[in-house]
Amino acid sequence: MIVFVLLGLMVFSGIITPAFLKPRNILNIFWQTSYVGIIAIGITFVMIAGGIDLSVGSMLALMGAFAITTSNKLGDNLGSTLVSILLTYGLGALLGLGMGLLTTKGKIPAFITTLGGMAIYRSLVLNFANGGVYMSFSRTFSSFGMKFIAGLPLPMVVFIVYAILAHIVLDRTRFGRYVYAVGANETAAVYSAIKVDLIRTITYVISGVSVVTSAVLLSSMMASVSSSSTGSGFELDAIAAAVIGGTSLSGGKGTIFGTFFGALILGVVNNMLVMLNVAVYLQGMVKGLIIIAAVLLQNIRK
Amino acid sequence: MKRFLVVLMIVMTLLSFAAKFKIGVAIPAADHGWTGGMVWWAQYAIKQYQKDPDLEFYLVTAREPSEQIAQVQALLARGINALVINPYESAPLTPICVQAFRQGIFTVIVDRGIVSEEYNVYIAGDNYMYGYLAGKYIAEKLKGKGNVVVIRGIPSTIDDERVKAFKDAIAPYPDIKIIAEQPGYWSREKAFEVMQTLLTKFPQIDAVWTGDDDMLHGVLIALRQAGRDKNIVLVGGACEKNIVKMIMDGHPLIEVNFTYPPNMIATAINLAVMALRGQSLNGFYQKGIPRKIILSTETVTRQNAKDYYFPDSVF
Repeated sequence: MIVFVLLGLMVFSGIITPAFLKPRNILNIFWQTSYVGIIAIGITFVMIAGGIDLSVGSMLALMGAFAITTSNKLGDNLGSTLVSILLTYGLGALLGLGMGLLTTKGKIPAFITTLGGMAIYRSLVLNFANGGVYMSFSRTFSSFGMKFIAGLPLPMVVFIVYAILAHIVLDRTRFGRYVYAVGANETAAVYSAIKVDLIRTITYVISGVSVVTSAVLLSSMMASVSSSSTGSGFELDAIAAAVIGGTSLSGGKGTIFGTFFGALILGVVNNMLVMLNVAVYLQGMVKGLIIIAAVLLQNIRK
Repeated sequence: MKRFLVVLMIVMTLLSFAAKFKIGVAIPAADHGWTGGMVWWAQYAIKQYQKDPDLEFYLVTAREPSEQIAQVQALLARGINALVINPYESAPLTPICVQAFRQGIFTVIVDRGIVSEEYNVYIAGDNYMYGYLAGKYIAEKLKGKGNVVVIRGIPSTIDDERVKAFKDAIAPYPDIKIIAEQPGYWSREKAFEVMQTLLTKFPQIDAVWTGDDDMLHGVLIALRQAGRDKNIVLVGGACEKNIVKMIMDGHPLIEVNFTYPPNMIATAINLAVMALRGQSLNGFYQKGIPRKIILSTETVTRQNAKDYYFPDSVF
């Protein structure tokens, strides 16, 4: 169903502005969607397990800033760029682990831990840059963000590969089944001897790793991270992508496939607003209506 | 006991003389490059006076209007002598600023105004000329003919005024067309996205005006990526340091910029200090500080760019 919503939107835009259907534009949509899309895939794990992650937007800025700063320090070559990216992944996984443990062992609602994380990460990014911009001086670091692989932009390739991997993990492994079980009925999961806390914590680590993936791609492409504006609003877009794709806000339901297309729908809407030159003040309304209509259409079908 | 009392009295007297003037500075927190610049310049101005025992500063930054109101209330409770404030939003901040003024606190309103005449000084940039000069430059540079893209900031009254002025400036040139006008929310990423989309839609774009320099960075990346970073006129605004550096170094696409200086907050802080000390402006015959100051929008080109380049600033 969600695929039909997406196709419908695209046909509609294509009729009004033929330029919309140019292959170049479709690639651009994929490209622009991939940053939020990758994060949305991570958040889908968290949400299916019954949690939520509001920290992803500020975390993206922090991780991007960390990657830029370390690669600037380590020097402009392939080796040190790889080291800085690995360090960023390490830090991202660690922060995800922290969020997970605070939520599960600390018994703090996920909404609160990650809301706290959102404020803390943003404040750290602002503090270290004094409200300014992190610039990358490493050519190696800032070169891959705009690379094309077989004619496709790298972020898009990563997004698709990431989605396939995530789909396999969620759909074909025992861990994936446990994620659903934990989110659908926690008590039943406990009686089935599933380590509920462990599974939940891992979903936050996955979310953290997803954020780093997106952060590295975005900061490399822009060769900079703005401490105040980069990633702001990403958490809502990522959650919206998952929900449009059929993930339940109360856990237990959702697919990577759905999130993938949910993110693309958001991307198409953003692109449409510019392509159709929708009046500045009305853009929010148009966007809101399309999002609500997309979910409504899916529910009616059920 | 007696000795203790004497010491206590001396300390008290010293303390009461230690800070003769207390100045509260209330500004919005950094939510994009320019506001980050304003925070930096506020800190810069305060640092100038740090060895001055007569002055004490309290700097607060707010994320939304009600937070700023609470901060100003706290400043008033501390007994400040002057308030330098960039109101987060005009209407909600008006009552508290008026209250400060009526209490006899020297009130300096910066940039975003209040809906009242009860203040001591209003100092702001010139939004109209900021848009107008950009429009005039583009129209002349294109010799009166071409397709122009406008990437505006966050939809707001400031932004409206700039865009209106831009349109006024190109109105005498009927062959100059604005083919798209979209918001880039003063963000690099957003402006990049918008420009990428517009480049696929329009085969011919002759000039781009972005509401500020942060967005110009995003546009530059989109142009370079699409291989269309030639034969196009680019104008941003507000003199972000890296853009000024590009002008200084003779960037082929960016030749000009227009000021809307975040350092107006530093000027405002200096004005408050001068007012509290009863000084007047150099060259002015009138005593005291002028009540309304609109800073001129200055044109920055390769010739004078070095005067506008502040490498240590964050913006």
